[in-house]
Amino acid sequence: MYRILEARNLAGPNYEMLVEAPRVAARCLPGQFVIVKVGEEGERIPLTITDYDREKGIIELVYQPIGVSTGKLSRLQAGDVITDFVGPLGQPSDLTGTPIEELKKKKIVFVAGGVGTAPVYCQAKWLHEHGVQSDVIIGAKTKDLVMLEDKMKKVANVFVTTDDGSYGRKGMVTKCLEDLIAEGHVYDHCVCIGPMIMMKFTCLTTKKYGIHTVVSMNPIMVDGTGMCGACRLIVGGEVRFACVDGPEFDGHLVDFDLAMKRQTLYRTKEGETFLAWKEGKTHSGGCGQCGGDK
Amino acid sequence: MAEIKGLKRVPVREQDPKVRAANFDEVCLGYNEEEALEEAGRCLHCKNPKCVQGCPVSINIPEFIAALKQKDYDKAYDVISESSSLPAVCGRVCPQETQCEGQCIRGIKGDAVSIGKLERFVADWAKENDRHMKCYRGRSGHKVAVIGSGPSGLTCAGDLAKQGYDVTIFEALHKAGGVLVYGIPEFRLPKDKIVAKEVENVQCLGVKIETNVIIGRSVTIEDLLTQEGFDAVYIGSGAGLPMFMNIPGEQAKGVFSANEFLTRNNLMKAYRDDFDTPIICGKKVVVVGGGNVAMDAARTALRLGAEVHVVYRRSEAELPARKEEVHHAKEEGIQFDLLTNPVEILTDDQDNVTGMKVIRMELGEPDASGRRRPVPVEGSEFEIACDTVIMALGTRPNPLISSTTEGLETNRKKCIVADEAGATSLPGVFAGGDAVTGAATVILAMGAGKQAAKSIDEYIRKKYAE
Repeated sequence: MYRILEARNLAGPNYEMLVEAPRVAARCLPGQFVIVKVGEEGERIPLTITDYDREKGIIELVYQPIGVSTGKLSRLQAGDVITDFVGPLGQPSDLTGTPIEELKKKKIVFVAGGVGTAPVYCQAKWLHEHGVQSDVIIGAKTKDLVMLEDKMKKVANVFVTTDDGSYGRKGMVTKCLEDLIAEGHVYDHCVCIGPMIMMKFTCLTTKKYGIHTVVSMNPIMVDGTGMCGACRLIVGGEVRFACVDGPEFDGHLVDFDLAMKRQTLYRTKEGETFLAWKEGKTHSGGCGQCGGDK
Repeated sequence: MAEIKGLKRVPVREQDPKVRAANFDEVCLGYNEEEALEEAGRCLHCKNPKCVQGCPVSINIPEFIAALKQKDYDKAYDVISESSSLPAVCGRVCPQETQCEGQCIRGIKGDAVSIGKLERFVADWAKENDRHMKCYRGRSGHKVAVIGSGPSGLTCAGDLAKQGYDVTIFEALHKAGGVLVYGIPEFRLPKDKIVAKEVENVQCLGVKIETNVIIGRSVTIEDLLTQEGFDAVYIGSGAGLPMFMNIPGEQAKGVFSANEFLTRNNLMKAYRDDFDTPIICGKKVVVVGGGNVAMDAARTALRLGAEVHVVYRRSEAELPARKEEVHHAKEEGIQFDLLTNPVEILTDDQDNVTGMKVIRMELGEPDASGRRRPVPVEGSEFEIACDTVIMALGTRPNPLISSTTEGLETNRKKCIVADEAGATSLPGVFAGGDAVTGAATVILAMGAGKQAAKSIDEYIRKKYAE
């Protein structure tokens, strides 16, 4: 069992949680993830690490409840325990394996979308601790959904953009990136983490400018150790497993369209279960989508 | 009359195929006392028992059957558990027809003695009567780490604990048992009644099990040997990486590895409403492959309500699955499309599976495995309509450990190189089971675990004698 030390609601629908997991905290690096399972009946949920404290043995996670399992997680309070917590999984960010002197020569921009801001924080903080500067674009739909801005400002140069212009710049992250380039910012390395559709369009943009781009993929997973193959992606024409070969890949080589289609596999089923969990068995079909009325 | 009767084994009771096709309860019900005694009576107690030679862990089969005949079930259990840490599992999943029973003299004229079912009877009796295994030696205080809680790891850990070692098993998943938990379905090997009890049995010997630890990620082998004070490590991490065919359409929605399909269903219990993990099983499922895993996947899909076809490129004689599994699958209504090989998975515009294009095969000259090589019959392609495809083509060892352990030699298939004693290229590091051989059987993995336990005992004694 893994004790929750703190749990709170962040911006909008997002939650933050500090969990005692000494083995994970001792070895994890930015870019890696953990798998969390709540209760005997729970699903295994992959979540990218937001921050870690090696000495205290603590892992920080930020996530958005989107289904039954993440919903159950969000109901846990400080002092509660998480049944299973395993990691660190996946490969660390390439940045952590690059000589510091080389990193200092790079002009790095992070493009963060929604809850993807959390794992970006982990990487930007690591760079800052190693004396490497970076720019971070935080994108959100609207002002209330901008997260971790203050923390991020302590470790990087931050540019916030909202789709509706209610805070910071106006427009999508891709527009913000292009504007920054037009304003004279020069980048040769981009790390983009967020919804798949956002990563896809960011990659199209950076390709235009010839900026090497790394994305963090979050496909469907079961075990997270290379066992099931559910998380397989096509990268550069080859089958790769996000859990062991990734989660970070060269964004210009990822087949996003395929990855997005694969991600919809359980959508109807998960939606039904989520509704039933939240509201009881109220959903009786009629939407024409789920087959519940047939 | 009595002679003729002795030629046939006592039939074992099973759930009716029509009933069991809709539930996940155990198919084979096993012998009751009367049946077990009658079957035990068929053993000839050969002076030179061939069955023992056929057993990868050399259980003294005539001796346990003799004790059984005397109704001394305690003794029968002790005889078996001297050699095997998981008798209730082996009695259920071993390919006895090619091992102990394959060597039985009775089998020359008539049926071999039903050794597996007798073993199961004794093991189940021990569970019902709360009997546990014996420890043989006092604590030595020396620490051994075992990686993986599958059949190989449990066996190695059990044997070492019996010898007085302080053993910790590290398991990557949240539940102990390895392939016994995630791979083999409930209807063949009940999880709570059998697997959990066998794991408890090993824990009763003093073995500690730490779940949610991934060696190579959470902690490395080097750390175990240097920082955590273990004298030796046994790698029994299995072969968990699924293989695919690399044919067009394989990334479509509705194509699963058997590992994913079975893990969702067995480990995550997706077939039960009270568990959160979903499983998608269409109305018509094609399983590709002919091994035990293919049979397990096919029979699971059937129980989830699908019409199921098994597509296999060789003929029935070459099916690598246990005979009993093929027999059960057929009884339950699974259709076998033999000498057939997938060419392409067909999809709609949303990338959902709509069918499979296959080609007829014929058997040519024997290949390296000694089996006749299947060759495509040109122009014989046809389509099978289906909405789900499960690939059961075998598995390879996960490179997580080998890639994070400097100096650990592997071969070109990413299997860890170990000698017959289980020793690897690193001192104090031993390995066995599927991690070394590639995907094989539960009992072979147990045999390797047993051998490694002996080698580890010798290694540690030598180390401290110096």
